[in-house]
Amino acid sequence: MNPIKLTEKIYWVGAIDWNVRDFHGYSTNRGTTYNAYLIMDEKITLVDTVKSSLKDDLISRISEIVDPKKIDYIVVNHVEMDHSGALPDMVDLIQPEKIICSKMGEKALRQHFHRDDWPYEIAVPGEDISLGSKTLSFLETRMLHWPDSMFTYVVEDKLLFSSDAFGMHLASSERFDDEISPAILMDEMTKYYANILTLYSPLVKKLIAKVQEIGLEIDMIAPDHGVVWRSNPMMAIEAYDRWSRNEGKGNALVIYDTMWHSTEKMAKEVAAGLQDEGVSVKLLNLRYCHRSDVMSEVLDASAIVLGCSTLNNGLLPRMAGFLMYMRGLRPANKIGAAFGSFGWSGEAVKLLNASMEEMKFDVVDDGLKVKYVPESCDLSDCVALGRKVGQALKN
Amino acid sequence: MKKYRCDICGYVYDPEVGDSAAGVDPGTDFDNLPEDWECPICGAGKEDFSEV
Repeated sequence: MNPIKLTEKIYWVGAIDWNVRDFHGYSTNRGTTYNAYLIMDEKITLVDTVKSSLKDDLISRISEIVDPKKIDYIVVNHVEMDHSGALPDMVDLIQPEKIICSKMGEKALRQHFHRDDWPYEIAVPGEDISLGSKTLSFLETRMLHWPDSMFTYVVEDKLLFSSDAFGMHLASSERFDDEISPAILMDEMTKYYANILTLYSPLVKKLIAKVQEIGLEIDMIAPDHGVVWRSNPMMAIEAYDRWSRNEGKGNALVIYDTMWHSTEKMAKEVAAGLQDEGVSVKLLNLRYCHRSDVMSEVLDASAIVLGCSTLNNGLLPRMAGFLMYMRGLRPANKIGAAFGSFGWSGEAVKLLNASMEEMKFDVVDDGLKVKYVPESCDLSDCVALGRKVGQALKN
Repeated sequence: MKKYRCDICGYVYDPEVGDSAAGVDPGTDFDNLPEDWECPICGAGKEDFSEV
């Protein structure tokens, strides 16, 4: 197993997960990596570990460089199992002098692994740790995206170990941003932000302001998933800055599920109305589009129009599940509207509206309900609904 | 006395409980928390809390 050199004394020693396709509900179509890094200094330091099932890859890559037992410190930037699963075995093997983590990290490590005998050392922002020729500096980044999350910065290399921030789920033999198409990087980074970080946008905004305020110089960003940003770290920072401000691109999404194609017919006419107003629109049928791909689209969209038939006095299950997922991610600053066909009771539109109100969407219409199968006058109403949303986008 | 929820992580400040780790006694109203008080879970400021 080949480690990969980042700088003179710093190596990538993580693991590539070519097989993972479902990350607790997030579809990882390109697999992922669990990045761990080794700093070969007077105090040899391992930064993060990997998922437990891939610990042999980690040990093998470290062993190409040094006997793992010679490692002195382990830094834990994030306690989630995909980065800490291998930690108990690594601690047993290494017997480290220090396990460096945030204050919340220590609590979370104890609550995960129940080991009171580990040599926890709490990383304090402003109190650097010297490894010999290199200095580690720490930034607490609580809720980006767990309470324990922190960044570790190597002062001499201007290298930021950013934990899950600026990462992406992308398995590849290439390790650097300049070795992979920027379109693929943006695609996967967008999906990662949309599905993991949208709800923490206010904190991302604060963090970027703080990084600018303290004048942190960044030559390289080494996250815990995906590529290392060595050529264009600003691409990642600028994208985060943009997303944290919740600025839509002026476009609309029509997200729907349908029983017997009536709601689908309505969806197409709503989209036509949006197009009449010159708005770029995408039709996303939840039967075919995975919720996590839909969230990638939601991140940059300005208007969300939801369509759903009524089933058993409620929503179709795919729409109900999607709403639960989207609500948790708290997309902000969206215009919304709803529509759907029904047979006798017709609760779906009301439920869609209530959900959008809860997310503080600007709901611009009471919503459109059609009994059983729409006729031409109903379809005209759908076009009108699309136009109304389109006009609201321009105001 | 009203409870307040952190908009970022969901932690609920209950004035009847206070926040002993930050030296806030039980019975302290949210409005009377120090201005630099932070959410004990995620570090968010008072401005990121909403009334429950």
